[in-house]
Amino acid sequence: MMLSCKEATRLMSMQMDRELSMGERLQLALHLTACAGCRNFRKQIGFLRTVTRKFGDQIDDSK
Amino acid sequence: MALTFQDIEQHRNYLLRYAIFQLRDETVAEDVVQDTLLAAVEKLEAFAGQSSVKTWLTGILKHKIIDAQRRMVRDPLLLDARTDEDGDLSDFDSLFDTQGHWGSDAPRSWQSPDQSLSDQQFWKVYEECARRMPKRTAMVFAMREMLGQEIDDICKNLDITATNCSVLLYRARMSLRLCLDKHWFGGSPLEKT
Ligand SMILES: [Zn+2]
Repeated sequence: MMLSCKEATRLMSMQMDRELSMGERLQLALHLTACAGCRNFRKQIGFLRTVTRKFGDQIDDSK
Repeated sequence: MALTFQDIEQHRNYLLRYAIFQLRDETVAEDVVQDTLLAAVEKLEAFAGQSSVKTWLTGILKHKIIDAQRRMVRDPLLLDARTDEDGDLSDFDSLFDTQGHWGSDAPRSWQSPDQSLSDQQFWKVYEECARRMPKRTAMVFAMREMLGQEIDDICKNLDITATNCSVLLYRARMSLRLCLDKHWFGGSPLEKT
Protein backbone atom coordinates (compact mmCIF):
# COMPACT_ATOMS: atom_id res chain seq x y z
CA MET A 1 0.00 0.00 0.00
CA MET A 2 1.52 3.30 -1.13
CA LEU A 3 1.40 6.18 1.34
CA SER A 4 -0.47 9.33 0.39
CA CYS A 5 1.42 12.63 0.58
CA LYS A 6 -0.73 13.63 3.51
CA GLU A 7 0.31 10.52 5.43
CA ALA A 8 3.90 10.97 4.32
CA THR A 9 3.98 14.54 5.70
CA ARG A 10 2.68 13.27 9.04
CA LEU A 11 5.42 10.65 9.18
CA MET A 12 8.11 13.14 8.20
CA SER A 13 6.99 15.47 10.97
CA MET A 14 6.97 12.60 13.50
CA GLN A 15 10.42 11.55 12.39
CA MET A 16 11.74 14.87 13.65
CA ASP A 17 10.56 14.00 17.14
CA ARG A 18 10.90 10.25 17.51
CA GLU A 19 12.21 7.19 15.72
CA LEU A 20 9.90 5.66 13.17
CA SER A 21 9.26 1.93 13.07
CA MET A 22 10.93 -0.15 10.35
CA GLY A 23 7.63 -0.39 8.52
CA GLU A 24 7.07 3.35 8.62
CA ARG A 25 10.59 4.05 7.45
CA LEU A 26 10.27 1.66 4.55
CA GLN A 27 6.95 3.09 3.42
CA LEU A 28 8.29 6.61 3.71
CA ALA A 29 11.47 5.79 1.81
CA LEU A 30 9.45 4.25 -1.00
CA HIS A 31 7.17 7.26 -1.16
CA LEU A 32 10.08 9.70 -1.21
CA THR A 33 11.77 8.02 -4.16
CA ALA A 34 8.64 8.70 -6.16
CA CYS A 35 7.54 12.10 -4.86
CA ALA A 36 9.44 15.36 -5.39
CA GLY A 37 6.88 17.40 -3.44
CA CYS A 38 7.47 15.36 -0.30
CA ARG A 39 11.25 15.46 -0.79
CA ASN A 40 11.03 19.24 -0.80
CA PHE A 41 8.74 19.15 2.21
CA ARG A 42 11.27 17.12 4.16
CA LYS A 43 14.11 19.52 3.42
CA GLN A 44 11.93 22.45 4.34
CA ILE A 45 10.79 21.24 7.74
CA GLY A 46 14.44 20.48 8.50
CA PHE A 47 15.23 24.06 7.56
CA LEU A 48 12.51 25.27 9.95
CA ARG A 49 14.38 23.57 12.77
CA THR A 50 17.65 25.27 11.85
CA VAL A 51 15.90 28.60 11.61
CA THR A 52 14.04 28.27 14.88
CA ARG A 53 17.21 27.31 16.76
CA LYS A 54 18.94 30.34 15.31
CA PHE A 55 16.06 32.66 16.02
CA GLY A 56 17.08 33.24 19.63
CA ASP A 57 20.50 34.55 18.58
CA GLN A 58 18.92 36.79 15.99
CA ILE A 59 16.88 38.82 18.43
CA ASP A 60 18.44 42.23 18.52
CA ASP A 61 19.28 43.72 21.93
CA SER A 62 18.92 47.26 20.74
CA LYS A 63 15.21 47.18 19.96
CA MET B 1 35.81 41.84 36.44
CA ALA B 2 32.68 42.17 38.53
CA LEU B 3 29.33 42.16 36.86
CA THR B 4 27.05 45.09 37.52
CA PHE B 5 23.30 45.43 37.37
CA GLN B 6 23.71 47.44 34.15
CA ASP B 7 25.46 44.51 32.48
CA ILE B 8 22.35 42.49 33.15
CA GLU B 9 19.71 45.12 32.62
CA GLN B 10 20.91 45.93 29.11
CA HIS B 11 19.71 42.53 27.92
CA ARG B 12 16.17 43.06 29.17
CA ASN B 13 14.71 43.73 25.73
CA TYR B 14 16.33 40.69 24.24
CA LEU B 15 15.09 38.49 27.06
CA LEU B 16 11.62 39.93 26.76
CA ARG B 17 11.35 39.27 23.05
CA TYR B 18 12.69 35.78 23.56
CA ALA B 19 10.13 35.13 26.29
CA ILE B 20 7.25 36.58 24.31
CA PHE B 21 8.10 34.32 21.42
CA GLN B 22 7.97 31.31 23.71
CA LEU B 23 5.04 32.26 25.87
CA ARG B 24 2.89 34.33 23.55
CA ASP B 25 1.70 36.44 26.43
CA GLU B 26 3.32 39.77 27.20
CA THR B 27 2.23 39.97 30.80
CA VAL B 28 3.51 36.52 31.64
CA ALA B 29 6.68 37.22 29.66
CA GLU B 30 7.30 40.45 31.62
CA ASP B 31 6.98 38.55 34.89
CA VAL B 32 9.30 35.82 33.73
CA VAL B 33 11.94 38.33 32.64
CA GLN B 34 11.61 40.23 35.91
CA ASP B 35 12.08 36.98 37.74
CA THR B 36 15.12 36.14 35.61
CA LEU B 37 16.80 39.49 36.20
CA LEU B 38 16.20 39.18 39.91
CA ALA B 39 17.58 35.65 40.01
CA ALA B 40 20.62 36.85 38.05
CA VAL B 41 21.25 39.75 40.45
CA GLU B 42 20.99 37.41 43.40
CA LYS B 43 23.70 35.19 42.03
CA LEU B 44 25.99 37.67 40.37
CA GLU B 45 28.98 35.99 41.99
CA ALA B 46 27.93 32.69 40.49
CA PHE B 47 28.52 34.08 37.03
CA ALA B 48 31.90 32.61 36.26
CA GLY B 49 32.40 34.31 32.95
CA GLN B 50 32.93 31.17 30.87
CA SER B 51 29.98 32.20 28.74
CA SER B 52 28.70 35.60 27.68
CA VAL B 53 26.32 37.42 30.01
CA LYS B 54 23.62 37.05 27.38
CA THR B 55 24.04 33.28 27.19
CA TRP B 56 24.07 33.02 30.96
CA LEU B 57 20.86 35.05 31.25
CA THR B 58 19.20 33.06 28.47
CA GLY B 59 19.99 29.88 30.38
CA ILE B 60 18.24 31.19 33.48
CA LEU B 61 15.37 32.48 31.38
CA LYS B 62 14.79 29.09 29.75
CA HIS B 63 14.17 27.45 33.10
CA LYS B 64 11.77 30.20 34.10
CA ILE B 65 9.96 29.85 30.78
CA ILE B 66 9.48 26.12 31.24
CA ASP B 67 8.02 26.74 34.72
CA ALA B 68 5.69 29.38 33.33
CA GLN B 69 4.56 27.10 30.51
CA ARG B 70 3.71 24.46 33.06
CA ARG B 71 1.55 26.95 34.94
CA MET B 72 -0.03 28.42 31.83
CA VAL B 73 -1.13 25.14 30.45
CA ARG B 74 -3.25 24.56 33.51
CA ASP B 75 -4.80 28.00 33.41
CA PRO B 76 -7.79 27.96 31.10
CA LEU B 77 -7.87 31.75 31.04
CA LEU B 78 -4.44 32.00 29.52
CA LEU B 79 -4.76 29.39 26.85
CA ASP B 80 -7.66 28.67 24.65
CA ALA B 81 -7.58 24.91 24.77
CA ARG B 82 -10.62 24.46 22.59
CA THR B 83 -9.22 26.01 19.44
CA ASP B 84 -5.73 24.63 19.85
CA GLU B 85 -6.13 21.23 21.29
CA ASP B 86 -8.32 19.23 19.00
CA GLY B 87 -6.66 16.97 16.51
CA ASP B 88 -8.51 18.45 13.58
CA LEU B 89 -6.12 18.99 10.71
CA SER B 90 -8.73 19.80 8.11
CA ASP B 91 -7.27 23.29 7.73
CA PHE B 92 -4.61 21.68 5.54
CA ASP B 93 -7.01 19.65 3.41
CA SER B 94 -6.93 22.14 0.57
CA LEU B 95 -3.27 21.30 0.01
CA PHE B 96 -4.12 17.75 -0.95
CA ASP B 97 -6.42 16.15 -3.48
CA THR B 98 -9.10 13.62 -2.51
CA GLN B 99 -6.53 10.80 -2.52
CA GLY B 100 -4.32 12.75 -0.15
CA HIS B 101 -1.70 13.61 -2.76
CA TRP B 102 -0.34 17.10 -3.27
CA GLY B 103 -2.58 19.27 -5.38
CA SER B 104 -1.37 22.32 -7.26
CA ASP B 105 0.45 23.52 -4.12
CA ALA B 106 2.99 20.70 -3.95
CA PRO B 107 6.12 22.05 -2.19
CA ARG B 108 8.56 23.49 -4.67
CA SER B 109 12.23 23.76 -3.96
CA TRP B 110 13.32 26.86 -1.97
CA GLN B 111 16.08 28.93 -3.53
CA SER B 112 19.22 29.16 -1.37
CA PRO B 113 17.45 28.99 1.99
CA ASP B 114 20.74 29.26 3.91
CA GLN B 115 21.38 32.73 2.56
CA SER B 116 18.12 33.86 4.15
CA LEU B 117 19.66 33.35 7.57
CA SER B 118 21.81 36.43 7.17
CA ASP B 119 18.98 38.57 5.84
CA GLN B 120 17.32 40.86 8.41
CA GLN B 121 14.14 40.96 6.36
CA PHE B 122 13.87 37.19 6.50
CA TRP B 123 13.78 37.24 10.30
CA LYS B 124 10.95 39.74 10.27
CA VAL B 125 8.92 37.48 8.02
CA TYR B 126 9.81 34.48 10.17
CA GLU B 127 8.75 36.20 13.38
CA GLU B 128 5.46 37.29 11.87
CA CYS B 129 4.78 33.80 10.51
CA ALA B 130 5.51 32.30 13.93
CA ARG B 131 3.25 34.87 15.56
CA ARG B 132 0.34 33.73 13.41
CA MET B 133 0.30 30.23 14.87
CA PRO B 134 -2.29 29.47 17.54
CA LYS B 135 -0.87 29.94 21.03
CA ARG B 136 -0.61 26.39 22.18
CA THR B 137 0.74 25.25 18.84
CA ALA B 138 3.38 27.96 18.94
CA MET B 139 4.31 27.09 22.49
CA VAL B 140 4.82 23.39 21.81
CA PHE B 141 6.80 24.20 18.68
CA ALA B 142 9.05 26.62 20.56
CA MET B 143 9.63 24.08 23.33
CA ARG B 144 10.63 21.48 20.80
CA GLU B 145 12.59 23.48 18.25
CA MET B 146 13.90 26.46 20.19
CA LEU B 147 14.46 24.97 23.63
CA GLY B 148 15.22 21.56 22.11
CA GLN B 149 13.16 19.60 24.63
CA GLU B 150 12.33 15.96 23.95
CA ILE B 151 8.76 15.29 22.88
CA ASP B 152 8.10 13.04 25.90
CA ASP B 153 9.15 15.80 28.28
CA ILE B 154 6.93 18.30 26.51
CA CYS B 155 3.88 16.04 26.75
CA LYS B 156 4.60 15.38 30.40
CA ASN B 157 5.15 19.03 31.24
CA LEU B 158 2.04 20.16 29.46
CA ASP B 159 0.05 17.13 30.50
CA ILE B 160 -1.11 16.31 26.98
CA THR B 161 -1.10 13.03 25.09
CA ALA B 162 1.71 12.04 22.74
CA THR B 163 -0.71 12.07 19.83
CA ASN B 164 -1.86 15.54 20.69
CA CYS B 165 1.69 16.73 20.96
CA SER B 166 2.61 15.34 17.59
CA VAL B 167 -0.50 16.86 16.00
CA LEU B 168 0.44 20.27 17.39
CA LEU B 169 3.98 19.96 16.07
CA TYR B 170 2.69 18.84 12.68
CA ARG B 171 0.36 21.80 12.53
CA ALA B 172 3.15 24.17 13.51
CA ARG B 173 5.47 22.85 10.82
CA MET B 174 2.76 22.86 8.17
CA SER B 175 1.68 26.42 8.85
CA LEU B 176 5.16 27.85 9.28
CA ARG B 177 6.31 26.17 6.09
CA LEU B 178 3.32 27.48 4.17
CA CYS B 179 3.74 30.99 5.48
CA LEU B 180 7.46 31.17 4.64
CA ASP B 181 6.82 29.55 1.29
CA LYS B 182 4.27 32.17 0.42
CA HIS B 183 5.74 35.28 1.98
CA TRP B 184 9.45 34.75 1.72
CA PHE B 185 10.37 32.17 -0.89
CA GLY B 186 7.32 32.93 -2.99
CA GLY B 187 7.85 36.65 -2.70
CA SER B 188 4.33 37.73 -1.89
CA PRO B 189 4.64 40.54 0.66
CA LEU B 190 3.46 39.99 4.18
CA GLU B 191 0.85 42.28 5.59
CA LYS B 192 0.98 42.76 9.33
CA THR B 193 -2.19 41.58 10.98
ZN1 LIG C 1 4.27 12.79 -1.60
